[in-house]
Amino acid sequence: MAAYHAMTVVAPAVAERFRPGQFVAVAVGGEHTSLLARRCLPVYEVKPDYGGTVEFVFAADDPGSRWLASRRSRDALDLIGPLGRPFPLPRDPASCLLVGGAHGSSGLFALADALRQRDCKVHFVLAAPHAHQVYGALSAQRIGDSSTVITRDGSLGTAGMVPDLLPAIIDRTEADVVYAAGPTGMLSAVSGIASSLGIPCQVSLGELLGETGACGIGVCASCVLPVIGDDGHTRMVRACAEGPVLRGERVRWTDLGTIPLDALGGPRG
Amino acid sequence: MDLSTRIGGVTLANPLLTASGCGGSGRELAPYTDLARLGAFTTATVMGRPRAGRPTPRMAETPSGLLNAMGLPGPGLDAFLARDLPWLTEHEVPTVVSVGGGSVQEFGEVAGRLAASPAARSIVGVEVNVACPNAEDRGRMFAASPAAAAEVVRAVRGAIHRDVPVLAKLSPDVTDIATIALACADAGATGLSLINTVSGLAIDPATLRPALSGVSGGLSGPALRPVALRCVFQVHAAIPELPIVGGGGVATGSDALEFLVAGATAVSVGTTLLHDPSAPQRILRELEEALAARGMTRPGDAVGLAHRPASAVPQIARPRARIEEFS
Repeated sequence: MAAYHAMTVVAPAVAERFRPGQFVAVAVGGEHTSLLARRCLPVYEVKPDYGGTVEFVFAADDPGSRWLASRRSRDALDLIGPLGRPFPLPRDPASCLLVGGAHGSSGLFALADALRQRDCKVHFVLAAPHAHQVYGALSAQRIGDSSTVITRDGSLGTAGMVPDLLPAIIDRTEADVVYAAGPTGMLSAVSGIASSLGIPCQVSLGELLGETGACGIGVCASCVLPVIGDDGHTRMVRACAEGPVLRGERVRWTDLGTIPLDALGGPRG
Repeated sequence: MDLSTRIGGVTLANPLLTASGCGGSGRELAPYTDLARLGAFTTATVMGRPRAGRPTPRMAETPSGLLNAMGLPGPGLDAFLARDLPWLTEHEVPTVVSVGGGSVQEFGEVAGRLAASPAARSIVGVEVNVACPNAEDRGRMFAASPAAAAEVVRAVRGAIHRDVPVLAKLSPDVTDIATIALACADAGATGLSLINTVSGLAIDPATLRPALSGVSGGLSGPALRPVALRCVFQVHAAIPELPIVGGGGVATGSDALEFLVAGATAVSVGTTLLHDPSAPQRILRELEEALAARGMTRPGDAVGLAHRPASAVPQIARPRARIEEFS
């Protein structure tokens, strides 16, 4: 696994409470750090070893995550979790399609376990620009009822883009529900396709939370996005507190990075 | 140690407050910090109507700080009075409500309705966010002019029961903060909250464009601490009897002590809550230890010490050499 770092921490209280889709907020830089924003990272899996361990996968692409990647065995880590809204699970056995982009797919494996325990079918789609950025291909092959790998350049699996290939995969797997995690652009596309086919879709906004989140616990409200509520009104909701898992069709994807005119408290709300 | 701290006619259990906008509605912070045991919890600024704030990105990480241009998001006064304030009251959280407005009239209306609310009994103070942009003065903040700041303080003071302290939260982005402080005191402010964020800019190294959608933003966190200490020191020197809630990057008890000796009566913890939401208990314990180490019996013993000659400052008691070492 060249592109990403995987880290396992002993954190029994987090492992015990964890539900698939939740994340942890990690402080980086040590005791006298100059980096004040916590890094919000989706959890890959929890295990009962050592009283309870938590594993997460991340890209070391800024000073904070590079510091995290340089931790050694037995170093202490300041971590809060589990945080956020987990994936809702189908009440009855269903055919579930799990679509993961780049290392965002790491957040789908605990979900796959939970779905299988409910006798659901689990089909994986793992996508990334290049082969070395695909995360979890072997695990997906092992635990999934089917697994499709898509790379933009065809260096692994099928060459292409998720939006072009997804409708056929939904058709073939007779998917009742779609779960997606990874880059925001991919979530938008997956959500649009599922919505047009009338299939419920739950997305986990890992990338958006990673880019805009600072506290992870809902106090700073830096990670907001426009979401349509049950009452039909759009509100700016926090990816960390109301998410990171949201109903795909409720997110106003084309208005991300804006305050829609009609949002509550917006220019004309 | 008796940590109780007086601000005007109100006695707080201890000198540690949370800073406005750093503790959510209270519910989000409650799992990490016992809010009822704070000196006070300060709410995010409450304005008349719901506000979505600015689009993302509205916060950026900078060296030892955070830069934010949130755009004062909030649920608006109705939702605050119906939902947030009753929750704080029910949980016996001593609460300082931060009020804001785009006009002097809005400040007065928010304060008036707040004072009339049945949930107002948990309110131990009202903080006037004079760093709000003044819609009637092309968006210039009230805090930039002594007259505008005073007018806002007067409007809030007039609406709030006289037993409840009114604190004006001042911006450091002014030529002479003592002049603004004097104007607020003359207008009836019980005390001051020092300081609000200082204006700054961050560039996104990938896009080479401003990192925030609002272009410039307010800098908070330890990067701000020397600026905040300077403001507290200057204002305390000008108006020694005026209570000050000092804050800016407070992360340890030693930081809190620095604010007390500079002239603050109480200390607020802000950006640190985003990094470590359980920090207040630790900071309070460290402050108590730091005071005790110098033989001080209450926070008031430390207030303003930095203004006095070195001989007046109690030294850290050194443990005596044990007699066995000589035998």
